[in-house]
This record gives sequence, C-alpha cells and structure tokens, in this order.
Amino acid sequence: MGLMDKHAIIEKNATLLLVGSLLVVTVGGIVEIAPLFYLDNTIEKVEGMRPYSPLELAGRNIYVREGCYLCHSQMIRPFRDEVERYGHYSLAAESMYDHPFQWGSKRTGPDLARVGNRYSNEWHVQHLMDPRSVVPESIMPRYAFLKDAPIEVKDFSTHLVANARVGVPYSDDMIAHANADLMAQADPNADASGVEKRYPKAKVGDLDGNPQQVTEMDALVAYLQMLGTLVDFKTYDDAAGYR
Amino acid sequence: MKFGTEIVVLSLVAFAALVAAGFGVEGPFRQHMGVLFFAVAGFTAILLRNTDFKPAAPIDTSAYMDGPIRYGAIATVFWGVVGMLVGVIIALQLAYPDLNIQPWFNFGRLRPLHTSGVVFAFGGNALLCTSLYVVQRTCRARLFGGKLAWFVFWGYQLFIVMAATGYLLGITEAREYAEPEWYVDLWLTIVWVAYLILFLGTILKRKEPHIYVANWFYLSFIVTIAMLHVVNNLSMPASFLGSKSYSAFSGVQDALTQWWYGHNAVGFFLTAGFLGMMYYFVPKQANRPVYSYRLSIVHFWAIIFLYIWAGPHHLHYTALPDWAQTLGMAFSIMLWMPSWGGMINGLMTLSGAWDKLRTDPIIRMMVMAVAFYGMSTFEGPIMSIKTVNSLSHYTDWTIGHVHSGALGWVGMISFGAIYYMVPKLWNRERLYSLRLVTWHFWLATLGIVVYAAVMWVSGIMQGLMWREYDEQGFLVYSFAETVAAMHPFYVMRAIGGAMYLTGALLMAWNVTMTILGHQREEQPMPGSEPALRPAE
Repeated sequence: MGLMDKHAIIEKNATLLLVGSLLVVTVGGIVEIAPLFYLDNTIEKVEGMRPYSPLELAGRNIYVREGCYLCHSQMIRPFRDEVERYGHYSLAAESMYDHPFQWGSKRTGPDLARVGNRYSNEWHVQHLMDPRSVVPESIMPRYAFLKDAPIEVKDFSTHLVANARVGVPYSDDMIAHANADLMAQADPNADASGVEKRYPKAKVGDLDGNPQQVTEMDALVAYLQMLGTLVDFKTYDDAAGYR
Repeated sequence: MKFGTEIVVLSLVAFAALVAAGFGVEGPFRQHMGVLFFAVAGFTAILLRNTDFKPAAPIDTSAYMDGPIRYGAIATVFWGVVGMLVGVIIALQLAYPDLNIQPWFNFGRLRPLHTSGVVFAFGGNALLCTSLYVVQRTCRARLFGGKLAWFVFWGYQLFIVMAATGYLLGITEAREYAEPEWYVDLWLTIVWVAYLILFLGTILKRKEPHIYVANWFYLSFIVTIAMLHVVNNLSMPASFLGSKSYSAFSGVQDALTQWWYGHNAVGFFLTAGFLGMMYYFVPKQANRPVYSYRLSIVHFWAIIFLYIWAGPHHLHYTALPDWAQTLGMAFSIMLWMPSWGGMINGLMTLSGAWDKLRTDPIIRMMVMAVAFYGMSTFEGPIMSIKTVNSLSHYTDWTIGHVHSGALGWVGMISFGAIYYMVPKLWNRERLYSLRLVTWHFWLATLGIVVYAAVMWVSGIMQGLMWREYDEQGFLVYSFAETVAAMHPFYVMRAIGGAMYLTGALLMAWNVTMTILGHQREEQPMPGSEPALRPAE
C-alpha cells in the first residue's frame, strides 16, 4: 500500500496535519455558501419588501431576546397542508433584510411567517399576557412583563446604522428620524404620517391598549402584525420565482 | 509574588467591567457587565488570599501537567449535572407550562442555557481535559506554554458563565448553539486560539515520532471549530457599550451559514473531538490495540471532508435554493460510511476482550456509547433524505435524534473517560465504587431508550397530524389540537431525562468519593472469576 505509507509523512508533521485538515474542511462551505452571495436567482424579485420600521425592529429584537424562534418557525414549506394552514410558502426575498434570519427549526408552536393581520392587536396582547386564556391547549410561557416594560433605548438610530452597515437599505432620512419614528408609531397622540410614508403597511397607533406609554408590548405587536404582509402575492409570479 | 501579574491584570479587567456596568446603553448589558465584575473580582480575591512572597518551588518540567486536567474533570461533572438539570426543567415546562417563571426563567431563555450547558460546558470541558490528558501521554511531553493551560481552563469557564448569565438576561444572537453576543464571542476566540497554541505546541515538542490518531481528531476539531465560530459569528454591534449586534449576513445566506456552523458543531465538536476520546480511552480501558490503522486514516479524512457539506439538510424545502438542499442531502447520506468506519474501529477494538463487557461497567459504557454513535449516524442520513425530512422537520423526532447522539454517544463516552481518568489523576487505586458505575450505566441507557422512543412516537405523530386530511379535503386537526396531543409524551420524555440525570448524580457522588480517597467495600463484579468446575 504505497499511498498508506505516504500518510506517515503527515503523521510525523503537525503543521502538515493542521494545514491539510483545515484545507479539507473549507471546501464544502466554499462550494455551498459562497455562490449564494452572487447567484442572481438565489433571491426572487418581488415588490413591497422594505426595511423594518424602528418599532418593528425593536419588536423583532424582543422576539429574538425571548427566544421565540426556539418554538416558532418563520418558514412555510411548499406543501399543501402548510400552505392551507399558514399561507403562501415563504420566499427567500421575504427575509432578505433579516439580520439574523428567524426561520427556526422547531414547531412547538405554529409557524409565524404570515401571522401579520390574522388576529387583532387586542388578541395578541391578551395572548402574550396569558396564552391559555385564549388558546386553552397552549403551552406557551406568559409574557405579561412586556406590557410594563417601557421601550428603553438611548439612541435607536445606532441600531439602524448597524443594519445599514451590513446591507439593509436604511436611508439617511430613516436614520435621522429613527428615534421619533420609534415612539410615533405606537403613540396615538403623535403624528405618524412620517412612519407611514417611510414604512408602508406599518401598523400605526396604540397597539398594547395603553396609550400613555410606548412599551415592549407595543413593539412586539408591531412586529408580529407586519410579519408576512409586505409582499403582495396577487401580483407575484410563482413560475418566475422558481429556482 | 505568586499570581502577581494575574492579580494586576484581573483587577484592571474588573475595573473595566465596572465602568461598562455603569455606562452601558441598555439594562441587560449593564447587568451582564455587573456579573462580569463580580466574577472577575471574586476570582481576584481568591488569588489574593492564596498569594505569598516566598520564592516559588521549582516546577518539575519532566512530569505531565495534570493540574488543569483535574479541574477540568471536576468541571465536566459539575456542568454536566447543571446542564442536564436545566434540560429536565425545560422538559417539564413543555409538559406543565405554569413552571415558566417570567422573564428570566421562561422556556425561550432556558433552552439555550440547556443546549450550551450540555454541549459547550459539559462536552467542552470533557474535550478540554481529555485532549490535554491524551496529548501529553501520547506525545510523552509536558503541556506547552507554562501557565497557558490554566488560562485556557479558566478563560473557558468565564466564557461559560458569561454565556449562561447572558441567556437568562435575554442577551442572544438567536443563532442556535452560537447564541452568545459579540463580546462573549470575541473572548471565546481568544481562549480558543490559546487552546490551539497549547495543543499544537505540545504536539510539536513530542518525543514520539508519530502523532497518535486521537490527536488528529482533537486537532481537526480545534481548528475547524475556530473557523466555524469566527465565520458564523461575524456581526455588527449597534454600540460598543451595548449587547445587541446584527448578523453580517441576512436571510438565506445567514440561514445556510448558521446551519453550516450548526451541523458542524455536531460534526466537529460532538463527533470529531469525541472520536479522539474514543481512540485513546477505549483501547486503554480494553487493553487492546486500535482495530485498524488503515481504517482510521480513511475514515478520518473522509469524515472531516464530508461532514462540512451536510449543513443544508437543516433547511430542506425552505427558501434555500434546491441545488444547495440536494447537495446537502447527497453528502449527508455519504457521511453514513465514514461515521460507521469510526464505529467499526471502536467496536472491533474489543476483539479478544469482549468478555470484559460482563465484568467491566466502564467498558460497557464505552461500548454503549459507540453503539449509540452508530445508531444516530444511521438515523441522521435517513432523516436528511428530503422525503423523510418533510415529515420529520420541525417535529420532536429531530429532538429525539439529537438526544440519542448527545446522551448516548457524547454523554456515555465522556462518562467512560471520566471514570477512567479520575483514579489516575488523583493517584487512587480504583474508583470508589464500580457498582455505582453499573447503576449509572443502566439508568443512563434506559433513560435514553425512553427518551428516544417517546420522541419518535410524538414526532412522527405530530408530523402526521399536521398533514392529515379528511375525505372532504379539509385539514383534520387544528394546530392547538396537535399541541394537546403531545402532553403525555412530554411527561414521559421528562421521566427519561430525569433517569439520565439521576445517573449523572450517581457519577458526581462516585467521583467525589474517589477524589476524597474513599473506597467502597463491595462484592467483585459477578463473572470476573469463573467458578471452578470439576474435571470430567
């Protein structure tokens, strides 16, 4: 066995072993991941996608913080039962501004990719406060503390800037108004026309039933209510998006 | 002055943590820095109490450096019990949701504590201490770098503490098994590079011409984890005085990067590293040579090459392009072969020593570990087939699969290694009790069987209920009904986990008594001395 004898060279040289194994383990990642960054057909061409409004982004950060992704997926697979249960299968384009992605890996609870506009704001607040009061079979934890937690962010524009640095198209206008928009979206006394202009389809108004204060509950409901609502599937061509 | 530099550096770190605790831009970050302050200040106080000004006794540099390994063995047992206890708690939370205590002890914050606790705290410490034990003995060389091993050990414990407390405070990147935020990631990178230098340096000063096969696996595990960790955790902090950062990648690219990492955390952390463990401790305990040298070469290179491709099978039928899914599936199926190469090499090492299964519960534990390795690396390729995955994905089947690998393979081989090492590290004649090891073995094995079987039933049932249609073409079950149907299985799963935890507690007792120098009076294992029979 000539080849096996040659292996003794590697066994006697730690540097060769190190470099050799590093080279061997890089191949798969390069072949599979790198093309996703430049192949045009990786992300479908759709209309309606926009960056998250500041309040939605804050809500998304709460979704991440509480580990919601550990029980809820945001990725509808193209099967008859999933499409009937949750809506049109998820497109890559719908998560193109998601840093990080929230597709999830487990459905202890239902998929949330298109939960937006399915329930009222009041239902969401009640459900988050005490899930079993609206769904008796639910095993979800209670999140009542969100309603008592005012949004605490010293300067939210830094979050938009960080997102812009990794490729989300936040304009200077959006960044400049970040702090005002964050509050205006859930404050019934504020002028939210700027939010609606910059972030079409955003849910505006008092969301958590407490008009006095913008809370973490407002933010989370704003996020949940926009999930899956941006792309208009009446005008989307499935065949053109097939990859 | 003993610990002089350490005390000065740590005091400065503690001060910096205190400053960050005051000036942080958000509450959780301030609290997290407070935790860091108390951890570092407490450690500094301990060093101060143990300092003295006598000139230090010269260190015998010809002997092996086993101090960090002793600490590592204790840490392995301790974190193992903690991680498994949290596992039982979250299993009970799924059965009885009122056990969630908001906000810090809700399922969503405890689950990363469980996964990181068992994978990185228990498994990581097991890898750390066994790799340093093995590399010294197979290279016949003392650890490289003087106190570097102590830095790696304590640095890794600090990483664990910061990751764990961060989860409870809600500080997470939401990347499964890579949840710690950017500053904890940076710290782990430093510790990991030090670990690589420590391990590679020891190999470089070896007195044996050949690098032993266990060290190939340990080395490839260390270097691959470094690559995966750095790439997957690339992110942009919103503020350097805040915890929140945003992943460098988005959507579909982010998903595949994460599962390239996630699957290879399994492949290199939980497989390659533990194969290194197997290649030293199984031959040692069985007192037999490794079955096939040639097989170990072939399966080493095959497994590290193929594993890295398998990530996309976590994303079947998602918005990931089809070509990547199919590629991931094909490589996942191919991966079956080198995985079984390792299993065969481990099991066949017992050729001529199979009788020890009757008499040596430690060998029994190691053999069961390799058997579970074989089973879960067979189940994995099956589940990576797209048709099967369409049913299994998002269900408890995946959870069951992970646990047959984690509890069966990773857990059992680590227990075996701990039982082997502890008497030697503390110069004890034998373990406190072999009978307790037998109890541990059966509790753990039955616990895994209960766990995996229950999760098969609940997972497949869940998948079938989601897709069931009646004759009129309507979905039969609402989602809430499928949740209610899971309840009895969640209860039984918690029982299986509790059995496994009980076994780990017995190990903690056994190891503690061994370290304290006790030996339990007990009957020898039956079958060890064959009864004499009259000649006929």
